[in-house]
Amino acid sequence: MSEIRTFPDFLKRLSIILGALVLLIIIIFGVLIYTIPAVSNFNDILLESIGNPIVMLDYLDSLGVGINSLFFKIAVFPGYTWAALIAAEVIWFERKFLAKMQLRVGPLYAGVIGGILQPIADVAKLIFKEMISPGKSDKLIFYSVPLLINAVGASLLAVLPVSDGWLIMRSDVSMLIVFAVIGFVPISVLLAGWASNSKFPFVGALRGLHQMIAFEVSMLIAALSVVLLSGSLDLVNIVQAQSSVWFIVLMPIGAVVFFITLLAELERIPFDLPEAESEIVMGYLTEYSSMAFGNIQLGTYIRFYALSGIFTTLFLGGWHGPQFLPAGFEIVNQVEWFTLKTLLVMVIIIILRGVNPRFRIDQLLRFGWSRLLVLAFLNLFIALLILEMNWFPFSGGI
Amino acid sequence: MSELTVNIGPQHPGSGHFRLIVKLDGDKIVEVIPDPGYVHRGDEKVSEYKNYIQNIPHFERPAILDASNMLFPYVHAVEDLMKLEVPVRGQYIRVIMAELNRIISHLYYFAIYGIFVGHSTMFMWPVADREHFIDLAQMISGQRVGFAFLLPGGVRNDIPEAVKERANEACNYFEKRLIEYERIFMNNPIFEKRAKGMGILSKEDAIKLGVVGPTLRASGVKSDIRKDEPYAVYDKLDFDIPVSKDGDSWARAWIHIEEMRQSMSIIKQALKDIPSGPVKLNLRGQIRPPPGETFSRAESSRGAVSFYLISNGGMTPYRLRMITPSFRNLRAISHITKGLLLADLPPAFWSLDYWPVEADR
Repeated sequence: MSEIRTFPDFLKRLSIILGALVLLIIIIFGVLIYTIPAVSNFNDILLESIGNPIVMLDYLDSLGVGINSLFFKIAVFPGYTWAALIAAEVIWFERKFLAKMQLRVGPLYAGVIGGILQPIADVAKLIFKEMISPGKSDKLIFYSVPLLINAVGASLLAVLPVSDGWLIMRSDVSMLIVFAVIGFVPISVLLAGWASNSKFPFVGALRGLHQMIAFEVSMLIAALSVVLLSGSLDLVNIVQAQSSVWFIVLMPIGAVVFFITLLAELERIPFDLPEAESEIVMGYLTEYSSMAFGNIQLGTYIRFYALSGIFTTLFLGGWHGPQFLPAGFEIVNQVEWFTLKTLLVMVIIIILRGVNPRFRIDQLLRFGWSRLLVLAFLNLFIALLILEMNWFPFSGGI
Repeated sequence: MSELTVNIGPQHPGSGHFRLIVKLDGDKIVEVIPDPGYVHRGDEKVSEYKNYIQNIPHFERPAILDASNMLFPYVHAVEDLMKLEVPVRGQYIRVIMAELNRIISHLYYFAIYGIFVGHSTMFMWPVADREHFIDLAQMISGQRVGFAFLLPGGVRNDIPEAVKERANEACNYFEKRLIEYERIFMNNPIFEKRAKGMGILSKEDAIKLGVVGPTLRASGVKSDIRKDEPYAVYDKLDFDIPVSKDGDSWARAWIHIEEMRQSMSIIKQALKDIPSGPVKLNLRGQIRPPPGETFSRAESSRGAVSFYLISNGGMTPYRLRMITPSFRNLRAISHITKGLLLADLPPAFWSLDYWPVEADR
């Protein structure tokens, strides 16, 4: 094929590639449809469902990928696609909102309303960029870290109770699962810094490790007081325990402690030391480029959504809220309340980014180990007091 | 534990066009040796090959943010040798431009301070507000950065009538913004944690090291050329010299805020009191000072900038020596950063408002 010199040449090349791709898909699906007996009546169902969409839904259900299936829940609705969409739009919102705070205009051209398609344009740009890795890096670990970070964020979604009837997985120990998964974050950060084999990523990774370990203890103790009051490690039970009064009212100190540890866990300003650009360039992300970088960002923002959801679950009453939809739509109502509260938490975290500088590492560690830990224990004491004096009606509700 | 030597700059994102050789014990700074000279351009020698008019844009270049203040001592030196009496209106316009430049330069200082402590809003707001004053300077001089507005014998042109209204508007707006700056940036608990008690320069040390400008005033020495040896019409205007006793990074930032306030009051007064008349002497391009020597200095936004000019009656200066404030403040870098942590190095040295191009000349 001739060399690409002009833009029409590029378009020609692109259309050939896309055409080949479409042809390939048609051939593969054609072969599949006419060889596998289970899907051989797909054509008829496709034609039928144009008039009556229910037919298609029933058919998908019969294959195990319908709306009520586990596959749909994991892949689409409370699961990955939903979280990725929220992550993409939160990235857009953060840029736009910060721009307004800082007397700028922010993204403007991609999309109709205020550059709303900017994240998609960014992803398209990242995909077409060259993947570069440092010469002395450990390639296997270097390229698996973006997937690991993405997976860590996504696994949190499994136990996130968006409503009482519609969730991926219900476990007696879902709270423990959350903390077990969060425990993987420092490891992935350290791996990223180590595998890059470069000085700034390594310093950034060590900072991230110090910071996350310092704050994880306080986070666990703050969550422990919630467990004490609700009497269950199951996130669904914890939300149900808050039907009359939210835990943020009973334990404001605990909520503040958990919120601050959340900021540190997510490396948001004022705790973005692992990425402090005036000191260590970009921290452990320095050597990443192209979609590897995009995957890390996507994973980070999915974790941002998931952890904000955990905060909503533990302290803001999860899905509870006034019913304003007609009967029969309870689940939709619950999902709406959960999403609204989670987005509110995310907006507050974004506002904090606009008004704060960053801490220094020793100030941060002193703050984490001496102040926050003491406050977390104080909160635990308050929780025990509430439990002992029987002030909270739902206590010990196992 | 053995010492570690780290080079910061000139390519590090947290340095300017100069290098800091940092000796570290763990994360603690044992010694900082500044290594300037990466942007040395031989301004003094070059000026001997340019005539007096060509030297006007030339002497702005060391501190392009602070163009009018850098030209002040130069035009004074030439006028002193030629025994020129500058029209009063011209002198008022010079003061207005100088104070506009002081605000523009201080806002830039503030913006970069924000970058170094990781505060993105603290970068964006001053840069956006700086635009109002740049527009004002553009209305007066026609340029946005390098104004080349001060000439021996006056200023290049008269100011348009609309400037008065626009300047009052901009000053009123920015006075309100300065209150917000104090509330949001200066009194932010995390910013206080990063800046208060960091990089302390005591009064005695400040005098011993010979630092100048806001750095000296933040250490408690009330010294300002505009008050000590009033030039132009500064003796007719009413303004204060802000002084702080703390001598830390926070005090240096605070001095800059207060100075912007004073500059705005000077601009307002100057625009009110300005008399009518010519703005420059008609020299017909014949600037050729008689043989002689002279010394002049002025308060730029970074401190005292001095010129020593020797003329042999030719078209160009025979010898010209310029002493810039940044070079004198450079010595304070190694003094104030001793014992700090590495993460505090960029905000600490930037609080001195060190401008490498000006120091290297």
